[in-house]
Amino acid sequence: MISRFQTVLFCILLAASIAMGAVLWHLRDKAHQRLVAGEDSAPTSAPTVAPAEQATLLVANDADSSMLAQVQSLPLPQDPGARARAILGKLLDLYAAPNATHPVQGGAASVGQVFLMPAQADSQSPIEPPPDPVSTGSKPNPHARAESKPALSQPAQDQPAAPSTSGPEMAVVNLTTAFAAGHPSGLETETLTLLSICGTLHANFPRVTQVRFLVDGRSRPTLAGHADLTRTYLAAEADNTESQRP
Amino acid sequence: MVASLEISRVPAPFIPASRLWLIALVLSISAGAGHLAAAQAPPAPPPGRFMVVLDAAHGGDDTGGKLSDGQPEKTFTLALSVRLRSLLGARGMQVITTRESDATVDLNRRVEIANHANAQACLSLHASESGTGIHLFVSSLPPVPSPEGVRFLAWKTAQSAWVTRSLALAGVLNSVLLHDGMSVTLGRTALPAVDSMSCPAVAIEVAPESAAAGAPGQPPAAQLNDPAYQARVAAALAAALLEWRTDAGRTEGNQP
Repeated sequence: MISRFQTVLFCILLAASIAMGAVLWHLRDKAHQRLVAGEDSAPTSAPTVAPAEQATLLVANDADSSMLAQVQSLPLPQDPGARARAILGKLLDLYAAPNATHPVQGGAASVGQVFLMPAQADSQSPIEPPPDPVSTGSKPNPHARAESKPALSQPAQDQPAAPSTSGPEMAVVNLTTAFAAGHPSGLETETLTLLSICGTLHANFPRVTQVRFLVDGRSRPTLAGHADLTRTYLAAEADNTESQRP
Repeated sequence: MVASLEISRVPAPFIPASRLWLIALVLSISAGAGHLAAAQAPPAPPPGRFMVVLDAAHGGDDTGGKLSDGQPEKTFTLALSVRLRSLLGARGMQVITTRESDATVDLNRRVEIANHANAQACLSLHASESGTGIHLFVSSLPPVPSPEGVRFLAWKTAQSAWVTRSLALAGVLNSVLLHDGMSVTLGRTALPAVDSMSCPAVAIEVAPESAAAGAPGQPPAAQLNDPAYQARVAAALAAALLEWRTDAGRTEGNQP
């Protein structure tokens, strides 16, 4: 036999439990609303549409192992690093397109960041192109095509983005692991990829004289088993080659 | 004779016996140093000796690139190395290969083999499906003159002292390959193995034959897996090295 006191106590506790449940539910709704309000993903500032500018791309061609200058019009940010990344992204987009002359998968997303920093005077690259050794009937090599250098450097003079320093600069290009892993393996194709990146950077940023490569922020021995990624590349190979012509 | 007589009349200087051991010690150290220097100097190749180093790239775990028929690059380079070694041996050349089987050979070990051979030509053999014809690559290191009396070079840039000779070797290869009707591309690259070699070194990348070869009236373009194409490439390289041996005999051999 349940006493009346126990019955009343049970009812009071049941009512209290229901009331507390209702309060908790209400608090949960309020907390959820606050959370949603805090995670508002709406842009805080209106996007600025950068005007389209001209950039010179040195596009590699596997068929004859050459690099040809192409002037592309694309919106470019003002920040030099972001600008360099956008230009290289466009270059790699061309390589990822169907029927590309230098097919490489990955596209613009393959360039993580591009850092521009003052070049050290005592860290000149050992990679400096001497004169074309033998050209007897051979196809022109990438350096030989550098005779178009005046055309390459012309658009860069009109670009407003200027590095923060007045001396020579080094560009550090951070590529993605997916790009390196998916890059075709071969001496010619890897060399063309690196030289086209160096040449494109130099064509649009004349003060960039040295280029180093990282893959996801780390040094990597080779791009895809052949071309050395541990050394500093000289971006002005085109200039040197042309200056050594008779 | 007169002079010797006059000298003989000069009284010998007096040297205290306590200093004789010091003089003897200095003389012995000088002789030892001279012997050490002679041991460190690279051995001069015997006259008439012509050594070629063939480096079949990749191998073992390092498969290299993948060719169109699914064949790994390491297999092609090994086959080309074996074929070329036979041709060179038949022409009286001494050949050293960095690998004779599908084994992993460390990059530095390959360079050690090449540098110890004191060879007149070092060829790094590669293959790729990209591009066409034969790609000849010389190290992109700037050529530097070999300083007199310096026997030690930086490991990663040792090729600098040989770049000029390597360019000459590439020129001979280019000339013979073109004469054989092949499409040749010349270039400079940064290849770690070649950059460390202290010998005239060229990296050779074999690609499928140019599509122009398959034009009407021409034989069809050969692929990498075509044994006839491989044999033609090997024969042309052997002929080029034969010509290089003649040139090397006229010049300074493997000296930078």
